[in-house]
Amino acid sequence: MSKFELTRRGLIKSSAVVGAGLAMPTIITNSANAYTNEPKGGTVTLGFNVPQSGPYADEGADELRAYELAVEHLNGGGDGGMMGTFSSKALKGNGILGKKVEFVTGDTQTKADAARASAKSMIEKDGAIMITGGSSSGVAVAVQALCQEAGVIFMAGLTHSNDTTGKDKKANGFRHFFNSYMSGAALAPVLAKAYGKDRKAYHLTADYNWGYTTEEAVKSSTEEMGWETVNSVKTPLTQTDFSSYIAPVLQSDADVLVLNHYGGNMVNSLTNAVQFGLRDKLVNGKNFEIVVPLYSRLMARGAGDNVKGIFGSTNWHWSLSDEGSKAFVKSFGEKYGFPPSQAAHTVYCQTLLYADAAERAGTFNPCGIAEALEGFEFDGLGNGKTLYRAEDHQCFKDVLVVKGKENPTSEFDILEVVEVTPVDKVTYAPDHPQMRDGDGNAVPIGTCNPGT
Amino acid sequence: MEAIILQILNGLDKGSAYALIALGLTLIFGTLGVVNFAHGALFMIGAFCAVTLSRILTLSHEVIDPTKTDFLGKPLKVDVPYIYNLVGESAGNVIIDWAVPLSILFAIPIMILVGFIMERGLIRHFYKRPHADQILVTFGLAIVLQEIIKYFYGANPIPTPAPEVFKGSFDFGAMLGLEGAGIIYPYWRLVYFAFATVIIGGVFSFLQFTTFGMVVRAGMADRETVGLLGINIDKRFTIMFGLAAAVAGLAGVMYTPINSPNYHMGMDFLVLSFVVVVVGGMGSLSGAVLAGFMLGILESFASMTVVLETLPGINQIIIYLVAMIVLLTRPRGLMGKAGVMEE
Repeated sequence: MSKFELTRRGLIKSSAVVGAGLAMPTIITNSANAYTNEPKGGTVTLGFNVPQSGPYADEGADELRAYELAVEHLNGGGDGGMMGTFSSKALKGNGILGKKVEFVTGDTQTKADAARASAKSMIEKDGAIMITGGSSSGVAVAVQALCQEAGVIFMAGLTHSNDTTGKDKKANGFRHFFNSYMSGAALAPVLAKAYGKDRKAYHLTADYNWGYTTEEAVKSSTEEMGWETVNSVKTPLTQTDFSSYIAPVLQSDADVLVLNHYGGNMVNSLTNAVQFGLRDKLVNGKNFEIVVPLYSRLMARGAGDNVKGIFGSTNWHWSLSDEGSKAFVKSFGEKYGFPPSQAAHTVYCQTLLYADAAERAGTFNPCGIAEALEGFEFDGLGNGKTLYRAEDHQCFKDVLVVKGKENPTSEFDILEVVEVTPVDKVTYAPDHPQMRDGDGNAVPIGTCNPGT
Repeated sequence: MEAIILQILNGLDKGSAYALIALGLTLIFGTLGVVNFAHGALFMIGAFCAVTLSRILTLSHEVIDPTKTDFLGKPLKVDVPYIYNLVGESAGNVIIDWAVPLSILFAIPIMILVGFIMERGLIRHFYKRPHADQILVTFGLAIVLQEIIKYFYGANPIPTPAPEVFKGSFDFGAMLGLEGAGIIYPYWRLVYFAFATVIIGGVFSFLQFTTFGMVVRAGMADRETVGLLGINIDKRFTIMFGLAAAVAGLAGVMYTPINSPNYHMGMDFLVLSFVVVVVGGMGSLSGAVLAGFMLGILESFASMTVVLETLPGINQIIIYLVAMIVLLTRPRGLMGKAGVMEE
């Protein structure tokens, strides 16, 4: 019978051998790959990180529909959608760089930690070359930072906070969606025209990153127009009944209520404000008005008739009549039976823009793709002429000011576009005060990280 | 002064919802000794009874309107509710408009049934298990119920408006001689408060003035002795579970016009309702009602601008702060009895 003796020295020795053996494949792969998850076979994998559970699950489901449509179009299926109207003709309908596009999905749950975990798993386990999606700025900022570290491109989904391409911008992150500053700049002139320049505004603001930047943007744009801000109150993100926040508005001398709320918060605060008769109120001899800076049509349905006549802004709307929008609404509508949301539109665009950049760059290397996207000017994706600004990776395009429709003809017909604010009215310097950090310093975008 | 009146009014409707949920929780705890974390889900299911009834009433067939087009440029398909064919368009519209109050009748049998199934099917197996097990299993049940509702109704809030006559608000200040003071209060919230008062009164009278109620109260005090007298107390307790489910469900039905219901509305209320029960005193029905209104009003006061300016963030912690103070000074809650959950 052999005798097995375990000694301390022996254990260290054998651990070192085993450790080196385990490390070997990684070392070999690392030296062979020029960048994280370089696709080797005939396919390339994209990671769609959207809320599949939690309060934004319906918005996430619409994003996923648009992603599936985009993948179908990239692989040459369907009617090609906006690939036909896109000004860049690099995409051929044969996948990306000849590789068939495949995808994996993750559930962000609209929680930063869950979103990071699902993005990490898609990058490490599924070999995703790019991460995209999301329906919240908190999530976008967190996942963007993760992608920067991991060395993959992040194509943001629905995220409206200035910070995503402001103080928290990253060289590997890109945003097609508009932001708080743009909403403020586009809304203020329309509000001044409709409600006059002598107004007193009361802000109710969701107590998180997006709420703050939206409040700041709307406040500063409307104050420039001559409005006065009488008060701004932060409301907890988990609040469902806003009556106790609406009541002080009745007592103040404000004649406009700005609801810096999104999703369920917006539905509830708006419903409560209308219940308390704010819209029937006369203050300072003027009709009391309510403003919702960022509209989501998908969510606005929950507020029913209460949205009628209320101004807000949106990144895109299915009723637009340009060729790109028409092509997208047709493809999406025929496949799914209803018009796409702005969330669906922005993620479809992001997927096409990523694929196109890879084709033009001739590589999946994140640094090559970033270079192809920086300063890229395009048209035909539903928002008119658009620029992906090199300095902060933010898209600059016209902004839609919308109003809740008085006589909707269907359940999708909730908003009407009242003004298309030209891009030069919503453009700002990359180091604009609203894009700086807490100490007022401009934050550099850093350098692109290709990973291994 | 005006602000204070307004916040008291605001606290009343919020307090009504807390009180109704906490009442059911206490009933279940007092009778069956079960800490039911699925009680918030019953509130949510009640709200979805209203959504379901309004969907049933608006079940439609498609009629093509060739004069209009849909978003794809095809002739518009207009939904015409079947109820128009049954009772005519104007009567049909009135019935659809009154969907929420009508849902009360629809919700009572459904909620009692849901309560029975929950109690007989799952919870009764946990009577003799520790409270921690009961909390885990009922919390799990709440998540399951929530996901089922989300599967069928989606995650977004669903608008469920009050009947036309109760929409809008009235100047409560004018009634007190404070015209122009801005004490505006929505009609439906007043309806909700009145409704809650009636339900709470009903439950108390039922327990106080009926033989059934008397037996249940006796059972709550000393289950064993009542059993020895030859009374089947378990059966009565199951009925009480159904009753508690119905109370939570009705609270949910009537709440839908205040805030559009969604699948997690139960969870939003659950934790606060538990705090209400604990502050009121475990097992005390009147304590639950009192604490419900008290915490509802305090929560409203904490959101006043003056208060927030002095103590920023107090609105988010006030309820827990009060709970701590109450429990430190009166460990059994405001009206708690000795011996409850203390063995």
